[in-house]
Amino acid sequence: MSKSIPSQPILQVENLKIYFPIRRGFWGKQVGEVKAVDDISFAIEKGKTLGLVGESGCGKTTTGKGILRVYQPTSGRIYYKGTDIAEMSKAQIRPFRRQLQLIFQDPYGSLDPRQSVQAILTEAITTDRQRHSAAQIKARIEELLQAVELDLSMSDRYPHEMSGGQRQRVGIARALACDPELIVCDEPVSALDVSIQAQIINLLKKLQHSRGLTYLFVAHDLTVVYHIADVIAVMYLGKIVELMDAKDIYANPLHPYTKALLSAVPITDYAVERQRKRIILKGEVPSPINAPAGCPFHPRCRFATETCQQAMPKLTAVGGGHQVACHNLKQVTD
Amino acid sequence: MEQRRVLEVKNLKTSFFTPTGEVKAVDDVSYHLHEQEIIAIVGESGCGKSVTQMSVLQLIQSPPGKILGGQILFEGKNLLDYAPKSQEMRRIRGAGIAMIFQEPMTSLNPVYTIGEQLTEVIRTHTKCSRKDAWQIGVAALEAVGIPDAQERMRNYPFQMSGGMVQRVLTATAIACRSKIIIADEPTTALDVTTQAQVMELLLSLVEKYKTSIIVVTHNLGLVTRYSHRVYVMYAGKIIEAGATEDILMHPWHPYTRGLLECVPNLTEDKERELVPIQGAPPRLQNLPPGCAFKPRCTCVSGLCRDEFPTLRRIGPNEHWVACHLDAEVSQA
Amino acid sequence: MMQNFNAESFKQFLRVFFGRGILVQISLVIILIFVFSALLAPILTPYTPLEQDLTQMFANPSAAHLLGTDNIGRDFFTRLLYGAQISLVVSLLSSVWAGVVGIILGLIAGYFEGLASSIIMRVIDAQLSIPSLIFSMVLGMVIGQSIPGMAIAIGIGAIPSYTRMVYGMVLSLKHNDYITAAALVGQSETKILLKHLLPNCFAPLIVIFTMSLGTAIMVEAGLAYLGVGIAAPTPAWGVMVSEGYKYLTQHPRLAILPGLCVMLVVVAFNIVGDGLRDALDPRLRGKL
Repeated sequence: MSKSIPSQPILQVENLKIYFPIRRGFWGKQVGEVKAVDDISFAIEKGKTLGLVGESGCGKTTTGKGILRVYQPTSGRIYYKGTDIAEMSKAQIRPFRRQLQLIFQDPYGSLDPRQSVQAILTEAITTDRQRHSAAQIKARIEELLQAVELDLSMSDRYPHEMSGGQRQRVGIARALACDPELIVCDEPVSALDVSIQAQIINLLKKLQHSRGLTYLFVAHDLTVVYHIADVIAVMYLGKIVELMDAKDIYANPLHPYTKALLSAVPITDYAVERQRKRIILKGEVPSPINAPAGCPFHPRCRFATETCQQAMPKLTAVGGGHQVACHNLKQVTD
Repeated sequence: MEQRRVLEVKNLKTSFFTPTGEVKAVDDVSYHLHEQEIIAIVGESGCGKSVTQMSVLQLIQSPPGKILGGQILFEGKNLLDYAPKSQEMRRIRGAGIAMIFQEPMTSLNPVYTIGEQLTEVIRTHTKCSRKDAWQIGVAALEAVGIPDAQERMRNYPFQMSGGMVQRVLTATAIACRSKIIIADEPTTALDVTTQAQVMELLLSLVEKYKTSIIVVTHNLGLVTRYSHRVYVMYAGKIIEAGATEDILMHPWHPYTRGLLECVPNLTEDKERELVPIQGAPPRLQNLPPGCAFKPRCTCVSGLCRDEFPTLRRIGPNEHWVACHLDAEVSQA
Repeated sequence: MMQNFNAESFKQFLRVFFGRGILVQISLVIILIFVFSALLAPILTPYTPLEQDLTQMFANPSAAHLLGTDNIGRDFFTRLLYGAQISLVVSLLSSVWAGVVGIILGLIAGYFEGLASSIIMRVIDAQLSIPSLIFSMVLGMVIGQSIPGMAIAIGIGAIPSYTRMVYGMVLSLKHNDYITAAALVGQSETKILLKHLLPNCFAPLIVIFTMSLGTAIMVEAGLAYLGVGIAAPTPAWGVMVSEGYKYLTQHPRLAILPGLCVMLVVVAFNIVGDGLRDALDPRLRGKL
């Protein structure tokens, strides 16, 4: 990765909370709230990738979109290059808007069916409120299509005339058109065929190198995150339960949930896989509307004690940049 | 171990007739399933893996679909001799071969309770009173590990999670004493930890009820962990078949090898560059002659252009492959 | 067709549209005849709709008067042609104006949730609870019995269907990822409304527009017949039915022919609207 750049985090998230109110009745009275993201903190260094992994409903996508202010954070701070953008108004955030981009999960829903590739990219290029000549726009579109390895003849195509992988490339080109610094990749390959996934992953890595991009990579697929991320944060029910160097996720997972998750992910290495011990969790992820008190994982945890039912464990450093939120780390690791 | 074939599909052909041409979704596919065996049918979207299974149960919507030929042998009879809506076919769909779909929620009727739907299915396949059927249903729910089964029988599908509904569907198969369960992408819509639960459940059925299972999936990981044998499909055809170990340790067909090399693996160096398969799966309308994989293949020879390679056996084991490649090139 | 302007999907659109059966084709012919006779009325007939020939009262169809004459000797064929003109003008005017207002209201209500949305949708709901014929009757009397007056009165009755449709479409469309994407590249909200949301409502809007043309003709004729619409001696079909009604037993064609015209055109518009709905639905397009 880019070694020469000093390790000043480009994005620093502190105590981020995103709650969605549940409203009922004629007057829309608030009867509760969904704690989609509940007090999380992390930082990403420039040019690096932070992988956010977890199961559906754990708040990983909400976190990603909250940082882009698609969702309004309930509280907490989001420092982008040292400036807190969490509370900014639409006008205040305008200078930063284009530097923070999103790559979507669904390559079919993220492109307007009535726009050709050219129209999609032109829109993204020209919304920076500066003058562009037709020739400049054309040159820029060509440059972008080349960057995402699409044939120039694609520019006249409409989304429904393209395959999932091609659409995803257009989505990436649209993000690049804004000259972003930080890109939130929200499950960018999970809707694609296996053989296409690798193409997109390699493309994302290549673009990161050539353009010095920083990624927040949100995905449920642990193997993909392991491959692309430098640092991995494991989320469960709105909280980060473990944060570590990507290499440690297979070598040294500590949190019982991370271990279970890891064990549930099948490995295509036949010899290893058939020998592996499996941890099958009981029950399912509770709804974030009535998340359990204390550690959110305790109802499914083999090591749960009374403390776990009462207090949420703090994310604690265990050395080597590895942080875990668990009360019973000793018993778990034994 | 005596290996009895509980299902044998021979030269199955299913096409869809669209305005833009014939789509040969299943093109001369043969496979078999032994008793108490789990086989996996692997392939990407549009390779015909699901249509193959829908054809076995004659669930193809016609028109535009049509089963053009072949044999499906189950319990000594050719299922294609029965009309899709015949009494025999209906009996087989429940009590003989059960199917579990990718989207569990849409497989149950949202306006009836789980109990109502379970007992109805049970009573159409076994002659018993409503009360007995209810008891069988509760027992089946317990067998698939649903807590408070009595209570759950009174729930509507929307009151359950996706993984829970998937279990209910499995319970239906158990209650009807289905000999074969076809699971079409049973875990794709589920969370990783729930996936593991559902697969372990299916695995337990094999031992407990002597069920045989066909898993249709795009996930090679599931294959590695659970299946005995694998069939790899590409563009409507089976291109490689064999024991899971043979396929995963010594893949022959460039497509199979490509599939294995393009997925990241937790056990390997994370900096390894993934080797993607170039291009995209072909559209099945008006496929050119020759091997369907040749536009994406890294080792094409003159033969590949003109002639579709037939399945041939390689090595001492039951490892079959449809590729013109010689052994030396393949192992290289 | 409207999804993308390219040749292949247009061909498919035509294929589905005309594949709907003979009824659609006949209806399309009826509409074409209707439009042409309205546009070419002055050329198709030597008479004007108002000129009387008192020597030729209640003349039977002949070479001089193709469909005979009415009670004061006006050429009946000429009056039917000019009646088509009035129907066309009133229905087009009312549908376009209802469309413009209805779409704008729907866009605003759908995109900006909150007070404005609640007010617009409650007013629209309230209007829906009043029978549209009575509503247009009262409005017609207030505004005046002229052609523009009628168009406004009838149009107001048609606004809710546009607003509700656009409102529903925008509510579901605005959660699409491409809307979020447009906002993230810095596109303004007005442009998102006009460039992304509105064009994606086109297909159902065309269907509603077609159907409302038919409804407008029917309402216009109904009001004219009741005497609160366009007034005699203007040759509106409704007026003609109401005048001819007095001579129903002796000269039934005077009431029946204009009535038949109204019926044919309205039914034709509805059938074509149905056909359009199927042909514009991308889910059906692939299958048929």
